[in-house]
Amino acid sequence: MAFLFGCAAITVITTAGIVLVLGSETIHFFRATGESILEFICGTQLEPEAVPPRFGILPLIWGTMLIAIGSSLIALPIGLLSAIYLSEYAPRKLRAVLKPTLELLAGIPTIVYGYLALLLVTPALKGILEPIGLQVETFNALSACIVVGVMIIPMVSSLSEDVLSAVPRGLREAAYGLGATKFEVSTRIVLPAGLSGVVSSFILAISRAIGETMAVVLAAGLRPQLTFNPLTSIETMTAYIVGVTSGEASAGSPEYLSLFAVGMALFVITLTLNVISGFVLRRYREVYQ
Amino acid sequence: MSVSETVAAAAAPAGPSPGDPSILTTEQLSVWYGTSLALKEITIAIPRNRITAMIGPSGCGKSTLLRCFNRMNDLVAGARMEGRITFDGDDIAAQGVDAVALRRRIGMVFQKPNPFPKSIYQNVAWGARINGYKGDMDDLVEKSLRRAALWDEVKGKLHRSGLELSGGQQQRLCIARTLAVEPEVILMDEPCSALDPISTARVEDLMDDLKADYTIVIVTHNMQQARRVSDMTACMMLDEASNGNTQRTGIVVEFSPTEILFTKPNDPRTEAYITGRIG
Amino acid sequence: MTPAPLSPSYEPERQSRRILGPIFGLACLVATSTGVVVLSILLGAVVAAVIRGSQGGSVLGTLGHLLTSMQSSTPESAGFRAGVVGSLWLLGLVAAFSIPVGIGAAVFLEEYVSAGRIRRIIQLNIANLAGVPSIVYGILGLALFVRAFGYKNLAFGPTLWAGGLTLGLLILPVIVIATQEALRTVPNSLRQAAMALGASRWQVVRDHVLPSALPGILTGVILALSRAIGETAPLLMVGAAGSILRLPKGPSSRYTALPVEIYNYAKEPDPKYQAVAAGGILLLLALLLTMNATAIVIRNRYARSSRG
Repeated sequence: MAFLFGCAAITVITTAGIVLVLGSETIHFFRATGESILEFICGTQLEPEAVPPRFGILPLIWGTMLIAIGSSLIALPIGLLSAIYLSEYAPRKLRAVLKPTLELLAGIPTIVYGYLALLLVTPALKGILEPIGLQVETFNALSACIVVGVMIIPMVSSLSEDVLSAVPRGLREAAYGLGATKFEVSTRIVLPAGLSGVVSSFILAISRAIGETMAVVLAAGLRPQLTFNPLTSIETMTAYIVGVTSGEASAGSPEYLSLFAVGMALFVITLTLNVISGFVLRRYREVYQ
Repeated sequence: MSVSETVAAAAAPAGPSPGDPSILTTEQLSVWYGTSLALKEITIAIPRNRITAMIGPSGCGKSTLLRCFNRMNDLVAGARMEGRITFDGDDIAAQGVDAVALRRRIGMVFQKPNPFPKSIYQNVAWGARINGYKGDMDDLVEKSLRRAALWDEVKGKLHRSGLELSGGQQQRLCIARTLAVEPEVILMDEPCSALDPISTARVEDLMDDLKADYTIVIVTHNMQQARRVSDMTACMMLDEASNGNTQRTGIVVEFSPTEILFTKPNDPRTEAYITGRIG
Repeated sequence: MTPAPLSPSYEPERQSRRILGPIFGLACLVATSTGVVVLSILLGAVVAAVIRGSQGGSVLGTLGHLLTSMQSSTPESAGFRAGVVGSLWLLGLVAAFSIPVGIGAAVFLEEYVSAGRIRRIIQLNIANLAGVPSIVYGILGLALFVRAFGYKNLAFGPTLWAGGLTLGLLILPVIVIATQEALRTVPNSLRQAAMALGASRWQVVRDHVLPSALPGILTGVILALSRAIGETAPLLMVGAAGSILRLPKGPSSRYTALPVEIYNYAKEPDPKYQAVAAGGILLLLALLLTMNATAIVIRNRYARSSRG
């Protein structure tokens, strides 16, 4: 009993550990650099090696947003459409094949997607866009958006399909009974009824894209800049953290401490999104369960 | 043109006329789910502007038969039918029939009230809207709700969710929703089984009222209800030839005017069922 | 069918309705098949890269070479031996930590705590932990295990201990959630029957609940472990980044891991290293596939024996 309680307590201690580690080192960071939180979040210059160093992480936040938005543009519609297909259209046998395939995709390590971006996606983008006069850098945001988008499709489709299939059968029958087509039943009865569950899966997928590291490091590069051009290199918060660790920063230096502050920002953003997603999903469950 | 005028104009005069007394007929209709035979060689004729009840022990295929009339079984994977079903003389069991168009003309009310998670107004308007209703929607909603004897209870809260209504009100909302697309036939699958006795009485009164303009086919496990509301009754049974097997095959053992079926049944199995020896 | 006797106020046969439906259905089908297409492109591209790199030699021969060679400054002799061994070490450490703790936590939540505030808090906590980005676990591992906040005597340094514990914490919520789901499928009647015979709660859990939930638990555990095997970012944080030319001797050794080596090779601009990285990915995918297949076999065997 004490052992079992200890096991459960470890999960709580982990959370406490994360908050404590990020919190205390973030405070160290702000003390050591004398920056304000506002300068940190809204500053546009990120030059850890300059004298004095500058830590404005707005370019990182922007890079992260760019990846999140770009990958969502790919993953949300495709994921939702395939969820609708699996739950409303697919014959049972086809579904039995497609669902495990999607699960298999979800289990592929992100490093593989990152490699794919370098090997396949970026050369393809160069091949398509450079003949029409667009310069594509070897590390570019678009390539990262594409692979991260593909990566989170299974998450959107599988979670959305769960909620769409759970929409009571009686609603579908009622709609068909009034002479509705499959399209009308899917988009105007089933989808609205499962909407909060679908939204919840969207938020979770965006949160996942924000926290994604390896695919972004390999595809989008490590150049922090505020740009609207997705064909140039950017840096995300996760990539910055990896960059600092693999660099020369010595423990306790402002640059080293900054990785905790950026980690804190990342943690707060993803946690907020996850909590919102859980809240939305509970609202959905209240209606039907 | 009002709901009642339309259908009355299209319908034959009340009572079995020599011209076309039946609106729906089946000939040698058999239904399979996968490899198991669910209905065997059903031949009945549903009279126009009457209430026809289907009774029988549970699992004998009453609902399956009902769902053949609006091709609702199409939605079940592995369901297949053979034989003929006619609606106004047209074969509707054939392959190329447009089930969507058919279902607008043959409405359905389900066992469990299943309003959409939308407002009361939207519940009624939805079916009409997808069917391209061009008239005044407010009028149609009011007319349908009045016809379903629900208007006075909901007129002040049309924009509240349909799920807030009581079970009996929800079921009448479902009937109103069906009426709003102007069907010719209304199929009712045990519409009162989830309702309390008072709500049941209201729905039964409503059915009697709707009979003038619509043909109603009701599946019920309640023999008293069949006797109270219906003009014709079909008694269905499990085929004895299939007993002992894993499959449960339904057949119609008797189809007679209700009064006769309950007082002087022709078939000994009907008698056994209505006196409580089967089921 | 003859046209329906319909009041003129309805128009169900609209052109838009007839066109839009099938287009939408087609769009859904195309969207769904992207998954299959991506999977095939991915495998095809990786295999093609390996073949290109093997220069006439067989793919299996190339993979064998990669499996037995250490890191190298020439792509021709580079391999993943240190990474594979490191990953297997990590796998063992992660399993030794997270399986007992994860199952213990799930048993505590499902069998010992009645629904209440404590359970709700722990449950919410676990759900949120499952959504924390893996790199944040890496930061935690860096501060806690590698450096121990600067207390040198307590710190593991960049060793297998640090990597294993970090990944162990990372997949802990996954194991807890999967185990809880498996425990919930055990019918309550079984618990009541055992308790009615006078069994203690622990005896009920040990002799009845855990055995019947075991296939589900094992499946969840293996899937969680295969997630740990593929993780890269947290390992970069806790010290698996450096080039390692010796195999680890024990959990206190420095190490590298297969995905980390793949990352290092993939970063190299020389296309010959790209082929080496592709070979590493094939090794990684083969390892994952073996683990997934084991999970399926276990699930099927237990499903059969419990039925018979």
